[in-house]
Amino acid sequence: MLIKKTTANEITSSEITDHKVYVNRRQFLNSTAMGVTASLLPLSLSAADNTPKPTFLDLQKSTLSTDDKLTSYKDVTSYNNFYEFSTDKYAPALLASNFPDKSKPWRVTIEGECDKPGEYDYDDLIRPFTLEERIYRFRCVEGWSMVIPWVGFPLADLIKRAQPNSRAKFVEFTTLYDPEQMPGQSRKVLDWPYTEGLRIDEAMNPLTLLSVGLYGQELLGQNGAPIRLVVPWKYGFKSIKSIVKIRFVESMPNSAWMKAGPREYGFYSNVNPEVDHPRWSQGRERRIGEFLKRKTQMFNGYGEEVAHLYSAMDLTKHF
Amino acid sequence: MSILKVILFIASLLPAAWLTFALFTDQLGANPIEVITRDTGLWALRFLWLTLLITPLQWLTSWNKIVMLRRMLGLYVFFYAFLHMLLYLWLDQFFDIQEIIKDIIKRPFITIGFFTFAALIPLAVTSNKAMIKRLGGKRWKKLHRLTYFIAVASSIHFYMLVKQDKVEPLVYIGILLFLFAIRVYKQRRKSKQVKPDRFLAKAALE
Repeated sequence: MLIKKTTANEITSSEITDHKVYVNRRQFLNSTAMGVTASLLPLSLSAADNTPKPTFLDLQKSTLSTDDKLTSYKDVTSYNNFYEFSTDKYAPALLASNFPDKSKPWRVTIEGECDKPGEYDYDDLIRPFTLEERIYRFRCVEGWSMVIPWVGFPLADLIKRAQPNSRAKFVEFTTLYDPEQMPGQSRKVLDWPYTEGLRIDEAMNPLTLLSVGLYGQELLGQNGAPIRLVVPWKYGFKSIKSIVKIRFVESMPNSAWMKAGPREYGFYSNVNPEVDHPRWSQGRERRIGEFLKRKTQMFNGYGEEVAHLYSAMDLTKHF
Repeated sequence: MSILKVILFIASLLPAAWLTFALFTDQLGANPIEVITRDTGLWALRFLWLTLLITPLQWLTSWNKIVMLRRMLGLYVFFYAFLHMLLYLWLDQFFDIQEIIKDIIKRPFITIGFFTFAALIPLAVTSNKAMIKRLGGKRWKKLHRLTYFIAVASSIHFYMLVKQDKVEPLVYIGILLFLFAIRVYKQRRKSKQVKPDRFLAKAALE
């Protein structure tokens, strides 16, 4: 009979730090430290807005930022429409806490009608660009809005490097499809993977941002980590999250929401108080954290920057 | 029975009590108004489904006194539907009558919601003994068949307002269909039992 005896200086397997804890040791230290600090603070203080210290430092400020009052970090990171995790807006914050899986490298493919296609690791993808802070209004098609300090760089910078050719009239974006990491994808609420699109001039507009963070922090899973689009003059669902593919195409791409409800969601989906969603009004919105509703502004208040893109178009037809 | 009534009365108030407490202690998340409006509507629906469950339970258990709980549950349907409506009028429309009328005309799910609530009013008003007496049992029963209309209309209201994920309203509709199916089944058995009697009666006459 074999009985394994452990000698005094041999390490038992139970003593070895779990690989997951080892990999996340900094986070473990941080959260332990934060937990201890929080328990020492009086309840009122710890319950207050616990915005973590920024990790992106010396971000360039932008003249395109609004000076509207920011929505709290807590609300921005706990109230999210992210159907890849759940259709309940409070659930992604709980379900996406470890997203994306750190052991799987995040790859982004750039392809289609361009001279410099490629497949990049996340770090290589963003390395050439200067990150800046952009404080934008964010208007959801459901009738609520936020003000969010994004961290990112203009999509135009990335497009210039990819060198789209003359056939590139539109840009199509695709979200990761991985039901193991994104449990909401195991139900066909939308036609996965989520896709979105912009006309090339919309994509090149200085307002259009590729975001990698908010509140000076890396994006959390529920906010579309590690990289997402932000198009502040369009309804929130156009700002596609957790992007794995950017493709230049000649004809107008179909988006996940256009497929789900072609009468309700158009390609442009510009914020427009004059054009109602067939089931509800878009005239007003509830700014998260405010009691009274406010009037929704044309192009979410970005008309000066973008109205010229649609000057010849009937926006009730091209909604 | 009276103890059961008291327990049910208090239990039925708990959702409203919780929502009020959670609202004032900031436990309803980023958009508390959305949560209380949705939840009061959901509770109205749940109490209506419970109300519709009472009669089948009576058939099943032959415990006739259970019907005494039905009125209270029905009044709670009205209570939660009233809160739901009030929250819409106040926190969604801020009592802007013109906007409200426009909304009722333009949005089918609001239109249906409005008529559903309107249909609840005569039922709540005629729920006491004096009114039952005044109307007479038969007419009262006929009037209270409106409950079926209210159940169907509120299901449609719920189904239409959900943006994309229709699973939750479909679960409610499924339960409602089951509650209706029990009634149809019961009715059929009843009429089957009656037929031979009639046949016999006819035969006897001949």
